[in-house]
Amino acid sequence: MEKPATDRINEKEAVIVIRNVYKSFGNNHVLRGIDLDLYRGENVVVLGRSGTGKSVLIKIISGLLKQDSGTVKVLGQEVDRLNDRQLQELRLKLGFSFQSSALYDSMTVRENLEFPLVRNQKHLSRKEVEDAIDRVLDAVGLIQTKHQMPSELSGGQRKRIGIARTLILRPEIMLYDEPTAGLDPITCIEINNLINKVQEEFKTSSIIITHDLTCAKATGDRVAMLLDGKFIKQGTFDEVFNSNEERIKSFYNYNFIE
Amino acid sequence: MNVKPPREYVITRRMDTFFINLYDASKFVLRFFKEVLQPPYEGREIIRQCYEIGYNSLPLISLTGFITGLVFTKQSRPSLAEFGATSWLPSLVAIAIIKALAPLVTALIAAGKVGSNIGAEIGSMKVTEQIDAMEVSAVNPFKFLVVSRVLATTFMIPVLMCYTGGVAMFGSYLNVHVNEMTSFVSFFEQAFQKISFLDIFASLTKSIVYGFTIGIVGCYKGYHATSGTEGVGRAANSSVVISMFLIFVEEILIVQIANSIK
Repeated sequence: MEKPATDRINEKEAVIVIRNVYKSFGNNHVLRGIDLDLYRGENVVVLGRSGTGKSVLIKIISGLLKQDSGTVKVLGQEVDRLNDRQLQELRLKLGFSFQSSALYDSMTVRENLEFPLVRNQKHLSRKEVEDAIDRVLDAVGLIQTKHQMPSELSGGQRKRIGIARTLILRPEIMLYDEPTAGLDPITCIEINNLINKVQEEFKTSSIIITHDLTCAKATGDRVAMLLDGKFIKQGTFDEVFNSNEERIKSFYNYNFIE
Repeated sequence: MNVKPPREYVITRRMDTFFINLYDASKFVLRFFKEVLQPPYEGREIIRQCYEIGYNSLPLISLTGFITGLVFTKQSRPSLAEFGATSWLPSLVAIAIIKALAPLVTALIAAGKVGSNIGAEIGSMKVTEQIDAMEVSAVNPFKFLVVSRVLATTFMIPVLMCYTGGVAMFGSYLNVHVNEMTSFVSFFEQAFQKISFLDIFASLTKSIVYGFTIGIVGCYKGYHATSGTEGVGRAANSSVVISMFLIFVEEILIVQIANSIK
């Protein structure tokens, strides 16, 4: 199902601006001159095959990796020029949902959510912390798992809790790394709906990294196609996939044959 | 003309890797000392780690300490008996246990149990992106994972060493009591006649150094784990091997320093 157009996108206010970004690992040139804007209220899907540097891109945006050259501005700040304290402050406005969910497996779901909250908002009372935890668990529809360990959850539930853990800090920007990877089709639809719900309810702007066209179509206001380290096409889903570019066609066909 | 290709390595590949790792490890240790002084402090996590490291090591440490004391006494008796000097057993055992065996046995057991545990735990958090997840949620993973564990090992290994010493002495006493009918008070009076404050201080210092070594090596190896589950296994394994190696090197150095002070 294609995502209906949203009127909340503010094309004058770019929250992420990426210009001419290069990144290599030894002789492997992963990103070769990337340009991308993310506007406030918008969901941008970065599509591409595995190993094309999609995850590297969002790790650069979040400051987990540094680009070799080029600039990455998040909310007006150049990420690679920030000191530790500034980077930490910026990260409070940036939510990162990992492909593997990256839940702390020695903690319960409640403790996973409490962990970043109590360390970043020390003024909160015990009741306020519990309320915030209940609120985000309710938003992802998993309030019943509050006292369970991550090992007791299914793949889809783990993804949802991973998203809840980022939402608890009320980020302005969400970065999703392969949110539907390894999930069954019905759970994929639930995750896609959750991404759209987060955009609406939490007023976030998001970059969604995926190679799943169904996810791209359902969640993306705009799609950017990454191939050989560069964006070869950007636009709405239909604009991108109606193009005559052979590589895009083959990606499209391969995805549906797969 | 025959052009010589540029050298790929400064010295050799192995030597380059060794020096790069040494530089990385030094940076890691310096970062520990920087972070340990800066607030916020992870008090609850430090206490939790002390409990994990101390309390959970007690059964193994008790058994090892007891057997060490008992066997050392049993093995030393024939040699002393040849000179009719079995009455020296308590002093001999006390010197051996307090000055060398208790710190060393505790450290080696802890390197195996605690060091491998730290390496594997942090290593698995690294390869499953849990450390990255902490970083992106504006939590300092170094402070939470590394500083707390290193402080806990540095504090708990001396405590465990004192406990091991006590248990080993008790094992020794049981053996002496059964063979020579020596009373509890008389055994410990004789035992501590030859032990000075400097001996106890040197042993405590050794244990603090061993504790720090076990913690920092385990954390460093875990923090730099790569290549999935195989990397986690390697991190755990190398934590134990490197900790044990460093413990023996430190043993030699501290004994030399203590002797020169005497």
